[in-house]
Amino acid sequence: MAAITMEHLVKKYDDGFPAVNDISIDVADGEFLILVGPSGCGKSTLLRMVVGLEDITSGDLSINGVRVNDKQPRDRNLSMVFQNYALYPHLSVYENIAFPLRLSKGQFSEEEIDRKVREAADTLDLNEHLERKPANLSGGQRQRVAMGRAIVRDADAFLFDEPLSNLDAKLRGQMRTEIAQLQRRMGITSLYVTHDQTEAMTLGDRVAVLKRGQLQQIASPRELYEQPVNLFVAGFIGAPSMNFIPARVNGSVFHTPIGDIEIPERVQGKLTNAPEIVLLGLRPERFEDAKFVDETKIPHGTVFDSGFTHTEWLGNQQYGYIHYQQDAAVQHKLNELAQELDADGMPAQVVVSLDASSRIRGGSTAKIWLDSRKMHVFNPETGENLTRDAEAGAELTREANEERKNEIERARRRDSARADQAGTAGTSPAGGAEHDGGAGSSAAR
Amino acid sequence: MLSTKQKIGWTVISIAVLVYALFPVLSILMTSFKSSSDLNSGKFIPTKFVTSNYEQIFVGEAKDLFLPALWNSIGISLISTFVAVVLATLCAYAIARLDFPGKKIVLTTALMVSMFPVVSIVTPLFNLWRQVGLYDTWLGLIIPYLSLTLPISIWTLAAFFQQIPWDLDRAAQVDGATTWQAFRKVIVPLTLPGVFTTAIIAFFIAWNDFVYGIGLTSTAAARPVPAALAFFTGASQFEAPAGAISAAAIIVTIPVVLLVLAFQRQIVSGLTQGAVKG
Repeated sequence: MAAITMEHLVKKYDDGFPAVNDISIDVADGEFLILVGPSGCGKSTLLRMVVGLEDITSGDLSINGVRVNDKQPRDRNLSMVFQNYALYPHLSVYENIAFPLRLSKGQFSEEEIDRKVREAADTLDLNEHLERKPANLSGGQRQRVAMGRAIVRDADAFLFDEPLSNLDAKLRGQMRTEIAQLQRRMGITSLYVTHDQTEAMTLGDRVAVLKRGQLQQIASPRELYEQPVNLFVAGFIGAPSMNFIPARVNGSVFHTPIGDIEIPERVQGKLTNAPEIVLLGLRPERFEDAKFVDETKIPHGTVFDSGFTHTEWLGNQQYGYIHYQQDAAVQHKLNELAQELDADGMPAQVVVSLDASSRIRGGSTAKIWLDSRKMHVFNPETGENLTRDAEAGAELTREANEERKNEIERARRRDSARADQAGTAGTSPAGGAEHDGGAGSSAAR
Repeated sequence: MLSTKQKIGWTVISIAVLVYALFPVLSILMTSFKSSSDLNSGKFIPTKFVTSNYEQIFVGEAKDLFLPALWNSIGISLISTFVAVVLATLCAYAIARLDFPGKKIVLTTALMVSMFPVVSIVTPLFNLWRQVGLYDTWLGLIIPYLSLTLPISIWTLAAFFQQIPWDLDRAAQVDGATTWQAFRKVIVPLTLPGVFTTAIIAFFIAWNDFVYGIGLTSTAAARPVPAALAFFTGASQFEAPAGAISAAAIIVTIPVVLLVLAFQRQIVSGLTQGAVKG
């Protein structure tokens, strides 16, 4: 159990390049914080600074209020799961998990070690593999062993360095769920580095978005999604990503290459300092085939005609692509943004989400409806989000915090209930799982 | 898969190489079983297999020359191998893992030392050793042998250490290990194949040395086998000692073969498999 405080952390390499530049983050006790960003943004470096594998050039790092800048990794009592697992190949799974315990000489008796290792193995379903060597395990099993080594000792916090990036997609989803449940059950402070935004959105209580060593925004996933502070965060979070369309303000409408869009009331008051040309941030799901929109909803947005170049049907949904003529004034800025986001370039196209049963096909022209209530307007030069509502954003993060507390509470109650039951009746694991589900749903009600 | 033609080709080449490499050994083996009158017979296989040559070096008149030399060779080679490997392991670990000033100098110096011609050093060393009292002692040979075995050990081991993923050190440190514990419990076990390979190479270098052996010794106190062989004489001055020398040569080959066989199991590749992904 620990709170981790980073104050103005800086990491400069010998050549003067600041990999991490003035980052301050408070990680609350029991919180699951995600560090996310494109490659080279300094997220892994920051994690290594926290665990002690990288020196801190300046700034303060404290764990539970104690400054640990100059402490060795072994004295910080953190455990870490490496991207490549870093299992000890000459040791069996059992010994791999027991390794941290054996290092703290004299602290644990042989029985204690055995009990703890078996407990961890139980949690991670590794019981059948304890005597095997890492070389004979599958990717998912190795991942579990690495996790076992992290949870076996009572570390103050878990650090994960892209732990799932080496697994195939299916296994990744499964392990993601397991990590989430494990963290909730143990209620232990966790720092998790990833470049995968699905992981960021699903696992994190809060997500810190980094760009070139600088913190862009730290907030709950919902706040990041709905109230991004700037172009970078808006473009990074969400898949398919937000559409950025150049627009000129013309009375009460935005004049854009795809058609005129009425300026919603919410936005109007915030355009006083706006430059002549702005970027509209429109998420694909704010669009819809006009035929599928409820009559009553239509007035909340704008309907316009669009020519589709092609559509993609995915079963549960459909994406349509609309090309337009890019405005030379913003081309440069958009290219820069694409580079920052690790993309090859930002094509002049709008991705819209359509109902799966929509008959719009490539080459056709159709009416589409845009729900403009939640649009964002960005200043193309500074990248700043002109329409961000900080209060609404903070409210979203506060809600997320509360939900997390309740969730941990529920998980604990469930655990203790299971322990009681196991104590009285000695239920089988399967029985426990059933009970587990029942308690969870009743608590949710 | 190889085609039949390729298979035949490879077989022919392999046999040619084997014959080229093993024929001299076989020839020496045959000579060692020849009686002295048989030496100049011009035949490959002895007309009669005799063990008199072996008797001569183990219990006969060459005994006092050969047995102490064998003992010296084994002792000196083992000690210099051991010292070289221990020092080289520490040195190579530092070179592979740490960033310290003078790292390049250590490596280039090691390379230069190993390239320095032995013959040019042996005479000055002979004078120096006589004055400091190291002449004709074990230590007097171990030190120059270290100058031969250390550089190559450092270079070989550094290459092995560099193959071990850094994250293993880091993981061990996060798990609570000191640098020394990480080295001893994680890195050394993983480098064992490299350590054994290096040990064998170092042992060969020390075992095969002739120049230092003959230049820095004068008696059975420290003279190693390669030097001792030069002092073998026939039963009379008209008799060549080729038989006894061959027998001794066969005997000194045995430890080397045993060493390789013993360590062969340790030199398994792919020991680090499964440590990291990709």
